[in-house]
Amino acid sequence: MDIPYTTHAREDTGLYNAKVGIWLFLASEVMLFGALFSAYILLRVGAQPGTWPIHLLSVPLGTVNTLVLILSSVTVVMAWASLKVNRFDRFKIFQTITVLCALTFMGIKTYEYRDKFTHYAVTLLDGTVVDGHLVERTANSITLSHPKEIKPGAPVNAPAGGHGAPAATEGGHAAADGDHGHAADRTIQFSEVAKHESTGRLLIQNYGPYHNNYMAIYFTLTGLHALHVVGGALVIGFLLGPGSKMWFSDPERFTNRIEVSGLFWHFVDLVWIFLFPVLYLL
Amino acid sequence: MADHSTHAATKVAPAAGHGGHSGHAGHGGHGHGHHDVAKEVRKYLLVFGALMVGTILTVWASKIHFGSHSMNVVVALVIAIVKAALVAGFFMHLIDERKLIYGVLGATVFFFIGLMYVTLWSMDPGSFIHLKR
Repeated sequence: MDIPYTTHAREDTGLYNAKVGIWLFLASEVMLFGALFSAYILLRVGAQPGTWPIHLLSVPLGTVNTLVLILSSVTVVMAWASLKVNRFDRFKIFQTITVLCALTFMGIKTYEYRDKFTHYAVTLLDGTVVDGHLVERTANSITLSHPKEIKPGAPVNAPAGGHGAPAATEGGHAAADGDHGHAADRTIQFSEVAKHESTGRLLIQNYGPYHNNYMAIYFTLTGLHALHVVGGALVIGFLLGPGSKMWFSDPERFTNRIEVSGLFWHFVDLVWIFLFPVLYLL
Repeated sequence: MADHSTHAATKVAPAAGHGGHSGHAGHGGHGHGHHDVAKEVRKYLLVFGALMVGTILTVWASKIHFGSHSMNVVVALVIAIVKAALVAGFFMHLIDERKLIYGVLGATVFFFIGLMYVTLWSMDPGSFIHLKR
């Protein structure tokens, strides 16, 4: 039996069925991301004053990724418009750009994630935190590049990654070298490192999701979003590759498939439009 | 909007008059004049430009201090909402869509606002969900 209303509009809805389906799905997606945004608001507003980390991420990378996603949104809608005027060749070009944009986005995102997982905070015996990027870790020491010291009691708002971040650590030893972040690599012996009170484990932690509430919600929101990018790219890639055969057998239905996958892709772009200012800028 | 459904019911090709109808109904695929689509494409490119400008604007605005941090949040959210409206309105064709979709989205907006309201309300120390000493 054929699936009904793949091209013709249903009498009562005035729409082909897949379109109703994708909008209902997107409605549920709004609530899914809405719940996580709600968690973000709770964590952020509930944080002790001055403890919410800001400018921990690279704004240039986030901006480039925003522009990449916007470009991909345009190419998706252009691909659909190309099919409307029977330009299958143009459709292929536009969707190829879309998939390349998706790969670029994921590449940059991977780089950003990697940067966080190699970014370490080491707590010394006197409570000072040394913050920097991992150079190497041996059996009894860890070496960090661009180390910055955060004295106990100093505001946690101290960014140690990214460039041009407002420095709250300037009062510390890092200023001794004069330049920002060009201090020599620092090797810390494990004997200098404090231990966790109950577990006895060394207080050496990277900026993974467990580092603080900000990193937790950052990885949750961007991770879920990245899954959507991957899922969308797979569908668009399929319809560009093997799935495009349908254009020659049932062009209207194929065009509708492109429209529906496009609606999903625009939604992914839309979520990022909110994620970018919320996580990178504010 | 009412006449859309009657058109669809009799499976007439989409109204050819104005450019907005991008094949919601029946034979959307090939019944379209190139003019309509060319007009649409011009619109998409304009929106593309506006979204680029909006992105630069939001980065630029984040470097300016608008009196208080909450003001900065408001400015960033206003820009984001305008960008989102452009994407939803033009790329997702919401400026010209069937009633049913508006209905679905209306319900979504209602529940989304409700969710945010409950979130903010739960953080208000005066609300009754917090135990009083």
